[in-house]
Amino acid sequence: MARKCYLPANAVLLQNIKDNPDFKASFSISGVALEQFEKFAPEVIDSFKALVDTGNIELLSETYYHSLASIYSEEEFVNQVILHRKKLRDLFGVTPSIFRNTELIYSNNIAKMAEQMGYKGILAEGADHVLGWRSPTFVYKPTGTENIKLLLKHYRLSDDVAFRFSQKSWEGWPLTAPKFADWVSSHNGNADTINLFMDYETFGEHQWEDTGIFEFLRHLPNEILKNPDNNFITPSEAVDLYDAKSELDVPDYVSWADTERDLSAWISNDLQKEALETIYALGQEIVHIDDPILLEDWRKLQTSDHFYYMCTKWWNDGDVHKYFSPYESPYEAFIAYMNVMHDMRLRLEEAKKKQEHGVSLHRVKPLRFSEV
Amino acid sequence: MFGWEFPPFNSGGLGVACEGLSKALASSGVDLTFVLPFKIPISVPWCRFVFSNESTDLISENQMQRLFSGYQSHSIHSKSSKTQDNGLPDAVSGDLIERVRAYALRAGAIAKKNKHSVIHAHDWLTYPAGIEAKKVSGRPLVVHIHATEFDRSGDNINKEIYNIELEGFRKADMVVAVSGRTREKVIQKYGISPHKVKVVHNGVEFQKSVNPVLETFNRIKAGGNKIVLYAGRITLQKGPDYFVAMAEKILRYEPKTFFVVSGSGDMEELMIRQVANLGISDRFIFCGWLRGEELATIYRDADIYVMPSVSEPFGLLPLEVMISDTPVLISKESGVSEVVSCVLKSHFWDTDDMADKVLSVLRHKKLKNHLSVNGKEEVKAIHWKKAAESLISLYNSLDNAFSMFLFPSSSTSAGTQVSHF
Repeated sequence: MARKCYLPANAVLLQNIKDNPDFKASFSISGVALEQFEKFAPEVIDSFKALVDTGNIELLSETYYHSLASIYSEEEFVNQVILHRKKLRDLFGVTPSIFRNTELIYSNNIAKMAEQMGYKGILAEGADHVLGWRSPTFVYKPTGTENIKLLLKHYRLSDDVAFRFSQKSWEGWPLTAPKFADWVSSHNGNADTINLFMDYETFGEHQWEDTGIFEFLRHLPNEILKNPDNNFITPSEAVDLYDAKSELDVPDYVSWADTERDLSAWISNDLQKEALETIYALGQEIVHIDDPILLEDWRKLQTSDHFYYMCTKWWNDGDVHKYFSPYESPYEAFIAYMNVMHDMRLRLEEAKKKQEHGVSLHRVKPLRFSEV
Repeated sequence: MFGWEFPPFNSGGLGVACEGLSKALASSGVDLTFVLPFKIPISVPWCRFVFSNESTDLISENQMQRLFSGYQSHSIHSKSSKTQDNGLPDAVSGDLIERVRAYALRAGAIAKKNKHSVIHAHDWLTYPAGIEAKKVSGRPLVVHIHATEFDRSGDNINKEIYNIELEGFRKADMVVAVSGRTREKVIQKYGISPHKVKVVHNGVEFQKSVNPVLETFNRIKAGGNKIVLYAGRITLQKGPDYFVAMAEKILRYEPKTFFVVSGSGDMEELMIRQVANLGISDRFIFCGWLRGEELATIYRDADIYVMPSVSEPFGLLPLEVMISDTPVLISKESGVSEVVSCVLKSHFWDTDDMADKVLSVLRHKKLKNHLSVNGKEEVKAIHWKKAAESLISLYNSLDNAFSMFLFPSSSTSAGTQVSHF
């Protein structure tokens, strides 16, 4: 994956910045992804460092474990965001000011939590059912907040690249950099910012090299900057530059997943619910046990992908979930996960016994946001 | 035919034997009247019941219990039964011998009222009644001996009962013993002439095994046990040996699991031996071929059905089980695994994986429910009509000229004119 996607894509971006000092981009990289890079492909970390060092790249904040904690446990959610901030500071020496939740999951309440943590901006899917007649090309204010702004993904233009780039049946095919730059420019006069958010693996994995995706990326900045009305900005610059056009009320969760753009990719069938309830119920005891490895394993098991594999929504037809899943069926995913849960419970009981024998029960030092 | 009890109002094998025998006789064309001493709410399609005490109201369940338990006990003159004054007529109340006598007193009237050509009486309880009936009608008397007083009491016999038995044997035109062993007793202990004593072995009623089997399943479930089902022929092709290996692994983690094996075949003995070798015979129930309602019930009641087929061209059984709301685990080597997805699949040889999956279904209600509900939905879409439609379109796609020749009007009536040839 590093050779197929991250390294070549990073190389293209670095070259783009060298050629166009005005080109900018931002990354949201989970703690678990960073850990894997460090362990299996440290050269990827180096290439990200080189990008960040140009000053043209902004790093965003998210949960360390790419988890659904924002839905299940505010305390755990905050802890994971703190862990991720620490990781970014340790690796890249930067402190993020914009928050991007797992899978772009968003609601009024999540915006409020991000605001309380001191973020000045947050990202969300610009889903039709959320926007109505409004455009995703402006900055909004989340309902119930005062000091945080909302940036919305322009899903049509984003998905043109991420999903449709190599789709020959699509009327836009073949998508070239000049063509795409034209579509972007056509918004001029009625847009403050066009937010293109996509899975980084679009470059080289979802769209393979032979589709021409790297060439597209290579030429895009030049083509967009040919129009003097266009420029590149990072999310925090967008938040600083533009006032909120209006308030946007999102009481229910939205995400960028599947056609439903809701939580159904992770939380729709009984298996997923059972697995999620089990892991968060375990947590109520695990956080009080002085066993860092158990705690870390528990957090890794919160990664949203585990629940994505258990999705049965379109299972009969076979679909994108199947493509990403290492399991043969959602049931196998559930069985494997619940076996691990069983093991976790045994480990927890062991740890509890050990702790009872200890001299005194001392709790894990709470993580404090101000110390990060 | 004089009897003392009849299922489901029976205390032992006598009732069961009477039921099986009467049914078999009736189906062979015998017109049968079955006489019972007490009125009980019973009716069967193959014979008519006459109750010696027709005027009596139906007696209650616990009264019935007492009556019939008297049959098994030989403390027939016990104080407790003497002192009971429950206001019932003497056929119902009173001690056992008195009830037997009261039955006999009414037998004559019954014999007069009901046309018959042979009298058949079962065990000593009904012999006095049979004798009375013979006195009235003069028809031949057959007494059936299911168990002698020596069988019930060893050598410490009740003399009164012995005398009733002896009188029955003597007055009878024929004595029927349920085995050669019993016949020997009748000849030696009672001094009955050998040519008068014949052996008729008891049978087993196939249909009737329904109830015991279903009751067993219910008891298993009620005890909080789980049921893992094997169904089909017990042959090499079906992988019964892998099923047993899997069962042994499951029992290490879920000892409260029963493995029900429905079916039979050339590997049945081997399978039973394998189970015994592993020391898990107490967790296996071999039921032979279950059919009809029994089969439907076990499909429904099983927690999961496992088909570890080594090779299976298709395998319809999993679909039948899925329709019954029960999850299935099928081998990837079966054809049916190509058409269903709301099921669990393993390689037939991977007994670890199979045990893991079965354990998960036994432990996680949510998984079980999900597979039951969605599996049933899925199977509903796999019907024969679909197969027929596929075949028809396949016929039509074979060769244009050929199909034009066969179905000249296929263009107008969309290929539905396929006939078998």
